[in-house]
Parts: sequence; C-alpha cells; structure tokens
Amino acid sequence: MKRFSTLFGMTIVGAVVLIALCADFLAPHDPFAQDLMARMIPPSWMESGSPLHLFGTDQLGRDYLSRLMYGARISVLIGVLTVVTSGLIGTALGVTGGYFGGRVDDIVMFAITCRLAIPLILVALTVVALIGSSLTVVVMTLGLLLWERFAVVARTTTMQVRNIDYVAAARAAGASTPHILLREILPNILSHLIVIATLEMALAILLEAALSFLGLGVPPPLPSWGLMIAEAKDYMFFSPWVIMVPGVALFVLVLGINLLGDGLRDFLGVSQRR
Amino acid sequence: MRGIGAAPYAGSMLTFLFRRLVLAALVCLTVLVVAFALTRLSGDLAVSMAGPNGTAEDVAIIRKNYGLDRPLPVQFLDWAVNAASGDLGRSYLYRAPVSGLIAERLPITFCLGLTGLTIALLTAIPLGIVSAMKEGTLLDRGIGLIALIGQAMPSFWLGLVLVIWFGLKLQWLPISGTETWDGYIMPGIVLAFSAIPALLRLTRAGMIEALASDYIRTARANGLSVASIVLKHALRNAAMPVVSVAAVQLGFMLGGSIVIETVFALHGVGYLAWESINKNDFPVVQAVVLLLAMIYIGLTLAADMMNAVLDPRLRAG
Repeated sequence: MKRFSTLFGMTIVGAVVLIALCADFLAPHDPFAQDLMARMIPPSWMESGSPLHLFGTDQLGRDYLSRLMYGARISVLIGVLTVVTSGLIGTALGVTGGYFGGRVDDIVMFAITCRLAIPLILVALTVVALIGSSLTVVVMTLGLLLWERFAVVARTTTMQVRNIDYVAAARAAGASTPHILLREILPNILSHLIVIATLEMALAILLEAALSFLGLGVPPPLPSWGLMIAEAKDYMFFSPWVIMVPGVALFVLVLGINLLGDGLRDFLGVSQRR
Repeated sequence: MRGIGAAPYAGSMLTFLFRRLVLAALVCLTVLVVAFALTRLSGDLAVSMAGPNGTAEDVAIIRKNYGLDRPLPVQFLDWAVNAASGDLGRSYLYRAPVSGLIAERLPITFCLGLTGLTIALLTAIPLGIVSAMKEGTLLDRGIGLIALIGQAMPSFWLGLVLVIWFGLKLQWLPISGTETWDGYIMPGIVLAFSAIPALLRLTRAGMIEALASDYIRTARANGLSVASIVLKHALRNAAMPVVSVAAVQLGFMLGGSIVIETVFALHGVGYLAWESINKNDFPVVQAVVLLLAMIYIGLTLAADMMNAVLDPRLRAG
C-alpha cells in the first residue's frame, strides 16, 4: 500500500508537470478566448454537456479544460519558485545557526520564532495589496514567508552531523568553513531538506490558491485554480461543477505532492518526527 | 520559541520564567516593527489609503490627519507607544477607534477558533490513539491517509463544498452568519481540517512511545485493563506535547480564519482585516497583524509555562 501510494503520488505530480510544460500543445482551446454564445456549458459527461468542451466552459465561455491546463502551469511555477526561494533562505539560516551554535544560533532561533508569530495569510494579503498582484509578487512574498520549516530542519540536522567524524576530519585537514558547510554538511542534510521541500511546495500551492481566491494573488485573467474557484463562486449554487473541477484538480495535485513526499521520506530514511 | 526556552540551561523555575518573558517581549517588539514596516511597503501610505481614485487633495488630508508627514521613526514611536497602551489608532473607513472595531469582532473569531480546535482535538486524539494501538495495520495506514487528505484539502474550497452540500442540498446548517450557534459548525469543521494532521501524528507518535515504555509493560504485567492502560497511563504521557502543539495550532487557526470568515461571511477579526485590506484601511490591518501575533506569542508562552510546571525536566534542561 505504501509503495502504491508513492507511485500514485509520483504519477499525479509527473502528469501535472507534463501538462504544465506542454499546455500549449495539449490544450484544446485558447484559455483566454471568450465565447459568449457558449457560456456555462456543463462537462461533457453531464446532461446538456458538449463534446467540444470536456470539462465545460466558465461564465465567459472560456474552455475549462484549457484553463485548467494553463492553471497547472501557474501552480507548478509557484510551487517550484517559492520552494527555491524559501529553501535558500531557510537552509542558509538553519545551517549557519546549527553549525556555529552559541550567539549565532540564538539569533537564528529568534528569527524563526518571530517568523512563526507573524500571521502568514494576513501579511501575504497585505503585501500583495500594497505592492500589486502579479505572479512575481506572490512568489517573492510566499518565498520570504515560508522559510521557517527549512531553517528548523536544517538547523537540527546540521547539529547532528556537525560533530561526526568526517566533518571533524575535514576541519582538522584545514578545510575552510564555506567548504565544510557546502561540501560536508549540505550533502548530508539534503535528504531531509528534500522532504521538507515537498511539504512546503504543497503548502505554497495551497496558499497561492487561497490568495488568488481572496482576490489578492495571481491577477485575472490568468487561470490560477484558486482564481477559477473565486470567479465561479457566484454560480456554484446552480451548477456546482464550476467549483468542483478546479477544486478537485487542486486537491489532487497537493495530495499527490504529499504522497510523493511521504514516499521520499521512507525512501531517504528520514525519520517521521520533524 | 521553545527552542531557546528549553535550551540546556540549569536554573530555577524563576530564571526560566524570566528568560521566556524576556524572549516574548523581544518577539513582541520585532512584530511591532514588522507590522509598522509592512504598511509602509508601498512607499507612501497616504497614497495607498486614498486608493486609486483619491485626488491629490485627499492624499494631503490623509497625510496630515494621520501624521504621515512626520519622519518615520517618530511615526513608529508614536504608534508603538499608543499601541502599548491599547490605543491602536483610528480606522480611516469606519471613522472609529480601531480597538473598538476589533473588540466587537474578536468574540466571533475566538468562538470560531475554539470550535475548530475542539473539533480537531475530538477527531485527532481518538484517531491517533487507535492508530498507535494498531500500529502497522491497514487501519493505521488508513488513518494516516486521512491525515494526508486533511493536509491536501484547500480550506476555502472545502468550505464552499460544505455550503453547497449541507447548506443548500440538505439544508441542515445555515450557509453564513452567526445568528445561531449552528452557524459555527461548518466553519469550525473547515478550520479543524488544517490542525488535524499535525495533532493526529503527534498523538500517534506519543502513544507509540508511551505504549512501548517500561511502566506500561509493568502495568500490563500487573493485569490492568487495556482501557485503563491506554487512557490513564499512556495518554497522560502522550498528552503533553499535544497540549503545547494545540496551543500553537490555535494561534495558526486564528490567523488562518481570515479565509474561512470570508467564505462563510462571519464578521470576525479576519473578515475585518480582509475588508480593510480591500478598502485600503491600513491602520486596521496593522492592528490586526499585531493582535494576531500577540495572541500567538501569548499562547506559546502559556504552553511553555504549563509544560515547565508539569515537567520539571524541561526547566532543568
């Protein structure tokens, strides 16, 4: 069952990434093309659905499947770029604190504590509202906010490997501190960081969707899944599928990433607790 | 927060308390600076507050009325000193003191947070116990899957789905508002989803550890019933980390309630903040950021203190 769920997660993530990369070729329609004669057509398996639009059309007559495919691009982009940004910040802080200890570590711990006290969604919303909504702003905002788990894990794992023989040997051999950090410490804590990266990627994708849903994430007419749900919200009582299609896509992608992360955790031998 | 507080440090209870209080005060100070700096991100707060349709005259009036023409350090000190004494400034939109606006709405957010936490604990702890007792079985894996599903659920979407299903199709629950107590059920469930995975895993891990320990084996050897062993002995030892994480989770939940209050149109602090962000009422936003951070700091401090009282090992390191 474990192997099955990992495989399942891998398939989902692989498929979504593939769709995101090849949306230009795969999408049956232009995701931005409005067709006022073909608004709110239900998915083709429902009554009065059209074979032309597999997942139906939205309130402006845009093809839902095409928007979903381009939306995958936004989710994947946000997930990857946010994790790269926050991963760099968090790992740098955590490794520094864990390796040097003492006062330096106190400062790193203090930074983590302060970050945890700051209400994430509220601050992200405010930043986007003040600077203006765009993909770049969302990535930078989330990247600058989501580093704390990387820092916590990098710090604890660095402390564990700091005093292991080969690090001590490298130090005795006169290796420079940057060399020790990058060549001795980092490769040894990488597996832990990869597991955290999957968790954070899932979180970043969910947060982007929530921000876009609240109208302060990716700006329209970009087909972010969260934005699709927000735009469809007014019609959900009469045709619930309008929020089901993007919602299920979001849920399945995030579940896939989490399942993959869970499998990686076992595969890389990272312990369950933190 | 626990990191520094629980660092190896041989000292008395008082020293521990003192260190934790100083740390909390320092974090509060940093948050004050962050909340202030946040609203100055756009460069000119007066322009932001006047909005896209504001004239140069509006901007000048706002700048003067809110003292935004003064140097930044003066503005900060003025705001911070007033905030410390409970005066959080005046709302631009409501033309009323921010503290009053927040006080009116805070009970709703607290009710929502506590409902969410209660539902989360009532779900996570029993599931965690069962999972630990059946470790490695199909049931354990199934419960693990529930945690993963909870983690993957977009809360705002789950809210909408529940509204369609229980509010509209079955008509069991009101779809918005808090006129009656049952208005909190759906938002509470949605909010609980975000906390269940962490609480469930922690309960499970704590129970597995406790069940494998010597005193449980002794209790078993003495012929105590399974119920008595699990509930009286193992759970008591597994509960402590759960309690402190629950406090932290409550802090996160109050912060995350902004999304849920918007979906269910609950007029709590989160809704106020969202409204204020959209209407450029930044004195309110600044105050809510500060308030939520303070609540979080207070909750983690309380959890740490409680742990220190319950477990002397933490104090001594």
